[in-house]
Parts: sequence; structure tokens; C-alpha cells
Amino acid sequence: MTSAKLVVENRDPVESLRSFMKMLIEKEAVAALLVSNHLPMKNSVMPALVDDPGRLEGADPLAPAFPLNSARVLSKLTRKSSGFTTAAILRPCEIRAFVELVKLKQGSTDEVLLIGIDCLGAFGNLDYGRFAGDDKASTMRFYKKVLQGEDESWNGCDISPACKSCEFPVPDGADITIGLLGNDILDSLSLIANTDKGRKALEKLGLASADVPEKRLEAIAGLIAQRTAYRDEMFKATGEAVSDVEKLMGYLGNCVNCYNCRVACPVCYCRECVFTTDVFDHEPDQYFRWAKRKGIIKMPTDTVFYHMTRLAHMSTACIGCGQCSNACPNGVPVMELFRTIAHAAQGAFDYTAGKSIEDDPPLSVFREREFSEITGGRD
Amino acid sequence: MIEYEPTIIAFVCNWCTYTAADLAGTSRLVQPPNVRMIRMMCTGMVDPKYVIKALLEGADAVLISGCHPGDCHYINGNLKARRRIKLLKEIIPKFGFDERRLKMTWIGASEGIDFAQTVRSLVAEVKQIGPNELRTKMVL
Repeated sequence: MTSAKLVVENRDPVESLRSFMKMLIEKEAVAALLVSNHLPMKNSVMPALVDDPGRLEGADPLAPAFPLNSARVLSKLTRKSSGFTTAAILRPCEIRAFVELVKLKQGSTDEVLLIGIDCLGAFGNLDYGRFAGDDKASTMRFYKKVLQGEDESWNGCDISPACKSCEFPVPDGADITIGLLGNDILDSLSLIANTDKGRKALEKLGLASADVPEKRLEAIAGLIAQRTAYRDEMFKATGEAVSDVEKLMGYLGNCVNCYNCRVACPVCYCRECVFTTDVFDHEPDQYFRWAKRKGIIKMPTDTVFYHMTRLAHMSTACIGCGQCSNACPNGVPVMELFRTIAHAAQGAFDYTAGKSIEDDPPLSVFREREFSEITGGRD
Repeated sequence: MIEYEPTIIAFVCNWCTYTAADLAGTSRLVQPPNVRMIRMMCTGMVDPKYVIKALLEGADAVLISGCHPGDCHYINGNLKARRRIKLLKEIIPKFGFDERRLKMTWIGASEGIDFAQTVRSLVAEVKQIGPNELRTKMVL
């Protein structure tokens, strides 16, 4: 079976997805679940690892909240074998980040059932709080507006620029896709198996096979076109905003070297970042020497150096989730800069980060004859 | 165009280009004194941040020079370096750096003449481009 229909009961897709997840554990398709969950004490959404199918009351994989990229969390869970399968219900960008981590040997798909949901975007962390408030039913307010065009209030918030510019709303790398696009989500959702693992899991649930709605492809193409247009505008504007080093310094002018963007980045893969090692723990007289030479230096130093180095280190793996911007305490548009450069960097190696486990990361391989223009045509 | 003396930071491989530079010197080949040479065990250990740091500190050009493909002392470090330079050549022009400020060459141990020629032509080229103004500017 490659696709099935998940009938939505009581016009409540969130509750129906909870039943689906419960079934996954009860019918032993998986032993545990990683899913977004409303915290019991506060209406914040955080990933949770669920073992007991009776404890899914807060699970909400549709919540338009994106506090962190769960690829990192899943990497912690799959670093070593657990002996059983865990389902991870993720956004497409989380799956793509996880694919990059697997290629870097920081995670494994062996014991994971990747379940991806069509992603219609999410709010930044501060905006989600403003949008949702204490309203635990806020999730459906979001979908009524984005899918059904109903005039629902978002309290002046909007989905993050990373989501608006994301041309990957469909989780192609998932074992099972939960399809929203092309469906009336108050009536039914599509379950689409993309791999053998996904097919086997769906068969265990015993759902009747059903075709994917015809409108789906059209809905996907429309959303991708809209987002690609936004993305290309963003590339153009950002490219102009950083077109010389002086402008780049202005762009990064509010950066306080907290390195939150690096901590939040799911594909910044070094266990220990060089910028927090002794290499950058300069002697006091080093600073005075720099100041003497130039007359004036900005403190802390190495801000542009840090961002340019991070670009050189991870732009070939950037999947554009926007958590860097989400984590920035000073509103530096980090995602815009990194996506713009990453697009060119990945293009140079004909590589798309997160697309396939089969494609080698560009800097992990080489060929004897390639890029002869770098060395003046000699190779 | 202002006449100025450029500073070129060269990361050179111990096994080939460094020896070639030594040969150029002992052979009394004439070459301009603008290169500050940093001897690496292999171009494969030139991290992109070395290049970025040099450019942000005001180097007028960065030269990376290693063994010809197939001759690397560590089998393929030079080929890994080439990919990193390819990446840097994508990134730095986006921030307004002239791409010609970053140069990579293959110069074998016996090619002293080639080394002297590379230095001469790079100095001339960088003089054409003009100075890297970051040398005197406040860099964040």
C-alpha cells in the first residue's frame, strides 16, 4: 500500500493525528514517538519523546510553532542503536537537516520511521507566543487562515521569513508523508508511503488503501511557486544588502558574538566550535596591538570573521530552516544571509542540502579532474 | 591608480611549493618581496578561516600553492584544498572581494622558475586591483 486516507473525526485533525500516533504504538509499528507537544504548564510547544500511547493528549504535530530544529534531538536519540523503531514526526526542514547529520555520521535512519507533514510554515518563537496565547485550540485558527482563506486573526504576527521563502513544503525524504495539501483537512488527511519502511508501517495499521487527491500536485506546485518567488526576491535584496564588506558590517552591526545562531543551527556539526576554544582566547596585549595598528578596533572582535567562517564551514549543508534568525537576540537577519550564500555555494557543487542520503557532502569528496579554472586551467 | 606595495599571504606546501620558493631564492631569481610565506605541511590543512582572516586583516591577496595532482605527499590533500578554494571563490565575491585576490596554483619542488613567475604576475595583478582597504578600516 502506498497511500491511505486518515478520516478526520469531529472536524478535528489534531485529535485524529493523535489517534493515528496512538495506533502506531499500539499496533507495534513503532515503540516510541518524537512529536511536538504542548507543555502542560504553559502553552509552549516543544518536542517530546512519547513512550506511553495514553500520554498523547498534548501532542500537536500541526502546531505552527518551531522552537528548535528537532534534527538535533533525533540525532541524540539515534547516535547509538536502541533495538527498536522510533517514529519521528517532523517538518520537512527537520528531515532535511537530519539527512545532513546522518551523512556526517551524527545520527542514523536505521531505527527511525520518519514521518513528515506538509509544512505551511511556522511562527518565530516570540510570534508564536503572541499568536497562540493560552489558547490550546490555536492550531486550527492557523490552518483556517492558510488553507481555507478564512479571515482569522493572528494578532499582527506572521510566519517567519524562513518559512515564506522555503521551496520545500513537502517532506520528500520522509518514510511517510502526512499530506495536508489538496485535502480538506477538516474531512481527511492523506498518508503517503514513500519508502518500503513506510509501506510496511502503513500496512500494520490496517487502513484502507486510498488514492491521493488529484488536487494535491496542483496545490504543491502553487505553494512552491509562491515561495520560490519570495525566496528569489529575498536573495536579491540580501545580495545587495551585503554586496561589500562595509555593507556586510552594517548588516551584522547588532551582532554581540553570543553564537546563539550556531547553537541553534542543526547542521553546524562540530562537537566543539573553534570560536569558543583557546584559539580565540587572545592575550590582552594582542587586542592592544591590534588597536595600536588600526587606531580603533570594535570589541568583541571577530564578528564578521565568525559569520564568514561559519558560512565557509556549513553553507553547503544549510537547509534554510531559519533557526539562526529565530535564536538571534538582536534581530540580525541571519537566515537571509546564510540562505543567500548557501544557495550559491550549493549551486557551485550541484548539491542540494538534505535532498538525499546518497549525495556526498561536497567537501567530503573530490575528483582528480574538476574545477580546473581554480588553478588557472591546469589540472 | 595609486602605486602601492601589496602584501600577499602565501600558504605553501612544505613538500613542493616551499621547496620551489627556496630554489627560486638559491637560484637568485628576481622576484618582488611582497609575499609573506606560511609553510604548511599540506595545502589540505588550509582551513577556509585562514584565508578569510587574512583578507579581513587587509591582505591584498592570498596565494595557496601545493603539489600537482597526483604528487601530494598525503595522496590527495591538494584535491581537497581545491574544493575549499572553489567554495571560498563562491563566497568572498558576494561580499565585494575581488575574486582575483584569492589564487591557487600547483608548483612542484623543482619549479623555482614557475614560483618566481607566479609571484611576479600576482604582484602585478594585485597592483592593478588596488589595495585592500580593510587594512586601515575598523572591521567588526
